[in-house]
Amino acid sequence: MRFLPYGVAIWLFMVGLYGIVTSRNLVHQIISLSVVQASTYVLLMTVGFRTGAAAPVFADIPTSRAAVDPVVQALSLTDVVVGATVSALLLAIAVQIHKKTGTLDPEDLRGAPDL
Amino acid sequence: MTPLQVTILVLVGVGGTCVVFTRDPLRQAMVASLFGILLAIMFFVLQAPDVALSEIVVGAVALPLMILLSLAKIRGGER
Amino acid sequence: MTSRVRKVVFLVAGGMLALLLVWGLAGLPHFGAAHAVDGTMLNQVSVRERHITDVVTAVNFDYRGFDTVGEEFIFFAAVLGVALLLRPQSGEGSGHHNDFATGRAVPPTSDALRVLGLGLTPPTVLFAFYIVAHGHLTPGGGFQGGVILATGVLLIYLAGELDDLHGLYTERALERSEAIGAGGFVAVGLLGVAAGSAFLENVLPLGQLGSVFSAGMVPLINLCVGLEIAAGLVLLMTTFLHQTIVLRRLVRTRRTTTDASP
Repeated sequence: MRFLPYGVAIWLFMVGLYGIVTSRNLVHQIISLSVVQASTYVLLMTVGFRTGAAAPVFADIPTSRAAVDPVVQALSLTDVVVGATVSALLLAIAVQIHKKTGTLDPEDLRGAPDL
Repeated sequence: MTPLQVTILVLVGVGGTCVVFTRDPLRQAMVASLFGILLAIMFFVLQAPDVALSEIVVGAVALPLMILLSLAKIRGGER
Repeated sequence: MTSRVRKVVFLVAGGMLALLLVWGLAGLPHFGAAHAVDGTMLNQVSVRERHITDVVTAVNFDYRGFDTVGEEFIFFAAVLGVALLLRPQSGEGSGHHNDFATGRAVPPTSDALRVLGLGLTPPTVLFAFYIVAHGHLTPGGGFQGGVILATGVLLIYLAGELDDLHGLYTERALERSEAIGAGGFVAVGLLGVAAGSAFLENVLPLGQLGSVFSAGMVPLINLCVGLEIAAGLVLLMTTFLHQTIVLRRLVRTRRTTTDASP
């Protein structure tokens, strides 16, 4: 049971990768990529957690109270917003590919079609 | 580990699997939105309110919006 | 390589990777025993040192502010990339919204949606400003508040039409706001250099713990980041909306004449 959070992170990573490798649709691939990103958030949160501790916001609790690690939260926080924006960039590329070649299937796009 | 933590972690794992195995992108956008909310609840349970705030708005609103708009553009051109 | 072969290769290689990950992660301290030396120390000193109560914001904008500058410019570059990719190209022009619904009227927005949008937009915008302004006191900050502000603008589009958005802002004003936000972060950081210390060093007066004007430069940076993220996301949305609803290929006359012929 202690390994469950790490197990969930590894499982999400593998499932997301499987989705990317066996996908027949570019938009499906991009959303599977966001699942892989979610696995890194799970891992970071797990590493920073401390049993019985509070959130690292000391507005109403004394500083002597134990709190979870704020550094990994800072990393995940910016990553969530920036990751979604990069996914938007990938979606724009997918839209342009569909406009130029008429297909969204990675199988049909092999062999460098003239874009 | 408390039962709440175990439950939400298992739900996140199941949610991620559902997102990948939904092949139609339109349905997958809705499942991804639900997965975003599950992730936000998990961040909340693991005592990370800042990250949960970000994830709620981004994962449930901004990302599915852009997926839906891309799909609308792609399907609109196919007709 | 056919897709079946690819699947088999992935299952073999993925299985080995998973085993490696399990072996690696089993060596970490077990769940709940955070070995974080930096984090524990930051929790104990940052309230006293910086007069700030939200330690995550302190880490993001004060202790590790340089990384946040980098992340913000990744965001800027991604929005720039989308605006570049989805620009109107030769052979595309503005079409009417009802192009594909020839022969039937486009249904108007339902009343429930309009009332809900009207009712929810002011609290959402107010909440966004609150989150940005109080980022150093309670959970929040520039990133979260900026995204919530963009959601408020999205509510206006959902309750109305695309033309309502055009009456709200011009694309030029959005681009300028985003640039001011991104450049403002760097400019505030240069205040530290001007005062004789390092870039992004917290040199403004620290104020009283718990008031909105505390923690030196952090509220200023929060405002700049909130402006940039909000403007960037609204620009992103507008680009996608413009691409989906307005832009059409200009060679559509061929199709309509074949539809009209008996």
